Amino acid sequence: MSTILDSKIPEGPLAEKWTNYKAHQKLVNPANKRRLDIIVVGTGLAGASAAASLGEMGFKVLNFCIQDSPRRAHSIAAQGGINAAKNYQNDGDSVYRLFYDTIKGGDYRAREANVYRLAEVSNNIIDQCVAQGVPFAREYGGTLDNRSFGGAQVSRTFYAKGQTGQQLLLGAYSALSRQVNKGTVQLYTRREMMDLVIIDGRARGIIVRNLVTGELERYAAHAVVIATGGYGNTYFLSTNAMSCNGSAAVECYRRGAYFANPCYVQIHPTCIPMHGSFQSKLTLMSESLRNDGRIWVPKKLEDAKALQAGTKKANDIPDEDRDFYLERRYPAFGNLVPRDVASRAAKERCDKGYGVNNTGLAVFLDFKYAIDRLGEDVVRQRYGNLFQMYEEITDENPYKTPMMIYPAIHYTMGGIWVDYELQTTIKGLFAIGECNFSDHGANRLGASALMQGLADGYFVLPYTIQNYLADQITVPRFSKDLPEFEEAEKNVRARIDKLMAVQGDETVDSIHKRLGNIMWEFVGMGRTKEGLQEAIKRIEAIRKEFWTKVYIPGEKTGMNTELEKALRVADFIDMGELIAYDALHREESCGGHFREEFQTEEGEAKRDDANFSYVACWKYKGGGEAPEMVKEDLNYQFVKVQTRNYKS
Amino acid sequence: MWLSSSTIGRKVVMSISGLFLILFLTFHVCMNIVALISADGYNAVCRFLGANWYALVGTLVLAAGFFVHIIYAFWLTMQNRRARGSERYKVVDKPKSVEWASQNMLVLGIIVIGIACFHLYHFWYNMQLQEILGNETVNVAACAVGAGQALTNASVHDGYAFIAATFSNPVVVVLYLVWFVALWFHLTHGFWSALHTLGWNNNIWFNRWKVIANVYATIVCLGFAVVAIAFYFKSL
Amino acid sequence: MEKTINFTLRVWRQKDAHSKGYFEDHQMEGISGDTSFLEMLDILNERLVKEHKEPIVFDHDCREGICGMCSLYVNGHPHGPEGGCTTCQLFMRKFEDGSTITVEPWRSAGFPVIKDLMVDRSAYDKIMQAGGYVSVNTGAAQDANAILIPKKVADEAMDAASCIGCGACVAACKNGSAMLFVAAKVSQLALLPQGKVEAARRAKAMVAKMEELGFGNCTNTGACAAECPKCVSLSNIARLNREFIKAKLAD
Repeated sequence: MSTILDSKIPEGPLAEKWTNYKAHQKLVNPANKRRLDIIVVGTGLAGASAAASLGEMGFKVLNFCIQDSPRRAHSIAAQGGINAAKNYQNDGDSVYRLFYDTIKGGDYRAREANVYRLAEVSNNIIDQCVAQGVPFAREYGGTLDNRSFGGAQVSRTFYAKGQTGQQLLLGAYSALSRQVNKGTVQLYTRREMMDLVIIDGRARGIIVRNLVTGELERYAAHAVVIATGGYGNTYFLSTNAMSCNGSAAVECYRRGAYFANPCYVQIHPTCIPMHGSFQSKLTLMSESLRNDGRIWVPKKLEDAKALQAGTKKANDIPDEDRDFYLERRYPAFGNLVPRDVASRAAKERCDKGYGVNNTGLAVFLDFKYAIDRLGEDVVRQRYGNLFQMYEEITDENPYKTPMMIYPAIHYTMGGIWVDYELQTTIKGLFAIGECNFSDHGANRLGASALMQGLADGYFVLPYTIQNYLADQITVPRFSKDLPEFEEAEKNVRARIDKLMAVQGDETVDSIHKRLGNIMWEFVGMGRTKEGLQEAIKRIEAIRKEFWTKVYIPGEKTGMNTELEKALRVADFIDMGELIAYDALHREESCGGHFREEFQTEEGEAKRDDANFSYVACWKYKGGGEAPEMVKEDLNYQFVKVQTRNYKS
Repeated sequence: MWLSSSTIGRKVVMSISGLFLILFLTFHVCMNIVALISADGYNAVCRFLGANWYALVGTLVLAAGFFVHIIYAFWLTMQNRRARGSERYKVVDKPKSVEWASQNMLVLGIIVIGIACFHLYHFWYNMQLQEILGNETVNVAACAVGAGQALTNASVHDGYAFIAATFSNPVVVVLYLVWFVALWFHLTHGFWSALHTLGWNNNIWFNRWKVIANVYATIVCLGFAVVAIAFYFKSL
Repeated sequence: MEKTINFTLRVWRQKDAHSKGYFEDHQMEGISGDTSFLEMLDILNERLVKEHKEPIVFDHDCREGICGMCSLYVNGHPHGPEGGCTTCQLFMRKFEDGSTITVEPWRSAGFPVIKDLMVDRSAYDKIMQAGGYVSVNTGAAQDANAILIPKKVADEAMDAASCIGCGACVAACKNGSAMLFVAAKVSQLALLPQGKVEAARRAKAMVAKMEELGFGNCTNTGACAAECPKCVSLSNIARLNREFIKAKLAD
């Protein structure tokens, strides 16, 4: 191995690292901030909060988003809540406990210092959001209310109805809007990042495609921040929005940024099951439902058969014939086990033939018991909007019949490798939010994504980026006519021309669907060596098919939605392959990555800390060549690494 | 000036002028009811509202109220049509909770004002204006076209005679009834909408105001209509 | 078996902002009732691309009713006749077999058409930029529980804040007025103590910007609230009026 990865973790005790870092980092004085430009790609929780905070500090920020408004970013769809170690409920919560739960939930594959910092700033996030006017749920006394989420034994989740992500994003969006008004942030909407421009080894600009005019545009800056979310849509069907894509991250990867732990993909247990081949996306039902809903399948196989055939209904099966398998297997956490555990348990039951809908790929989430215990009104108050949404989609009333749920791709823990400062292996390129890999290890706990996005954007990056920019104050603004910009734009243009020239007979979506099927079947919830090898072979075939058979109507100028999709799918194919490579190399089961060869007799994940306690970072080697893997060892100094136990 | 330069300001002008006109209508209907009870009483009111300085000032203020309300209505409508854009929807299907009146306030207003001109000729041109001009009597025949009755000159203070003459004509009565219906629709929306625009509304009062508006509009319009019909029957 | 339906889809096509638009008819057959309206358009687009025609362009993203991106005027209603939901949460089981379904873009001077059914709603961003925020810098906040807010107030603010910025209110309004959108934001922040400090400035700035961008005057028809996919209440407009008038009188 030629490269040594320096994660730049500050010295000192865990609890003092961040304080020490801030005390000793380099800063940029206000007069110089005005002379420094920062590009922020993405306007989700991480992007918008970063752009707003950097703007407030006095930097000149260029902020890009793919939709018509920053407020559309998919952070908006997060339902359940955001964690913070406030201990307002007096149930024994603390920064250390949030840190510990996150590390444990991540199956001991996250970096301690990063996670501790995350837990530390979590409280500031709540304060900040309340000050912005985020209408969190409150108690009658006027204080903030909390609920509990999977993987925790305390109630530390703050929420705003079932629309927490929306409210937090609108908070960040309003802070961003304020800066746009002040002129510190320039907003560029309906623009998609196409390439990263590197000058003398440092990220200095981007090429974007204006989605309305189809023109390529160049933007230069002293630093580039990508906050472009995850790559879950590689699987075609996921809970991600239609325009979520991994392209910006893949472009950075191609330009030399390492991609870390791509195989850690979160499969969320409570999604509405698939209903047909025309389906465009899967809808998530908030994890908060597991607070009061009980998950079950029939005990008897003949009951399951009858449910699948439609001859029996859920309510025909008496309590004693119901298998509350999460409560049975994990008595201590019951229905509130972490997502990876709950998902696998559902798959295990369905694989054994106990699935409860016509496809056999669903389990029940039953509120009958909660309604008996609390009354329908209380249940309606807590989950009313979620129930309504479920009924709209499925045409079934969850107050009367149990909901049906099944796991679906939801979040990607893997992402661009970053050091403690959130800087990638390319100098001057930073990655924040879901698109980096840093805080969730192999599995993310519920209500932690919002926390991480805002932590990165409000409280971490605005500090750490100064440590980089302090050296850049004498660097003048860059001309967009430099050969590096020319070259990058030419590359993009060539790629678009190549795609437009294929003129085959397959639609972009049909190829994407096939890629998704391969990913779900072989690189999904249960992975095997043979399956992954097969997947790599098949993805290669898909790539060939894509570049020879895809058909894109219309022109490359003007708005062309098929061309947009095609450019993304081309990157999804590369991304899918990378996920498969990583999953193949990681011969252990941990968090969202489950290799069927590596499990205990009870079917629990079997981790291999002796051989795999590291971050797998993938380095791009050019078209056609397999990527090279570089390791960042995870030295646990403060937490004792154990087997995750949610049973007792 | 924010009352003309801002969208809410313009609406405030509409509301206040509208509420002022509602107040006027309230007095007017009370006065009309007097005519049902006592001819002398009604004429006393008429004399009171003759060419006296205070009545003239009142008339001018009232005219200004009308004028502002109408000018602003056209102004707002023009702006709103422009804001709607050049292309119109092919299919339009209004939600049930949207009152018909609320979407047709201008049309209703034009009907109201059109017939009001007719009304002004009957009861203002012939009464207060003639009094200002110094005429003591007018021929009430002009008020009762087609009525098969012998009509003579009446004193400009004899409002009762004017009412009797005017509503002896069934065509005029029908026209007035159409007017009151249009007014009813205009008031049902106008009343609560004015309060809403002034910010005097919330989730609880929302339906209350609507009910009050309906009740109020019904009382006023019924009051007017009763007088008109009663005098028609008296004339038979 | 689940219901499948056949129908005629009459859809607005327009090459770009400056071109003249027209309606185009498509026969749709065997569409399952569980298909969402947007998935139905996906099916049609897939067919169009296979026939080497340009697909119908429409805005869409999260497809779970929260991003506010989808914006179709279906059978005379923004987001379709169902009410209380966005176009992406509208399912084909709600339509009659054999019917004609007419799909148009939002039509309003404030939202010019970009292509086909896609419109430009950047005006909403500009209104927000004019004052739709609490002026607090990152890191300047006090402890979250230091401000006590009665549950009722917080809930009311939350109801106002549930606006998704889709523009259905403008699309539904015969006056092309954006009052409900502005009112929702002004209400949310005027209700909460954090936002009260600059409530007057906010109301004035947002209303002025709305007007500058060519939106119409509110005549309280209530179509906006009736068509709002998130059921944002009309009483927010009264609150906005109150805030605005108070601010102007104080000047």
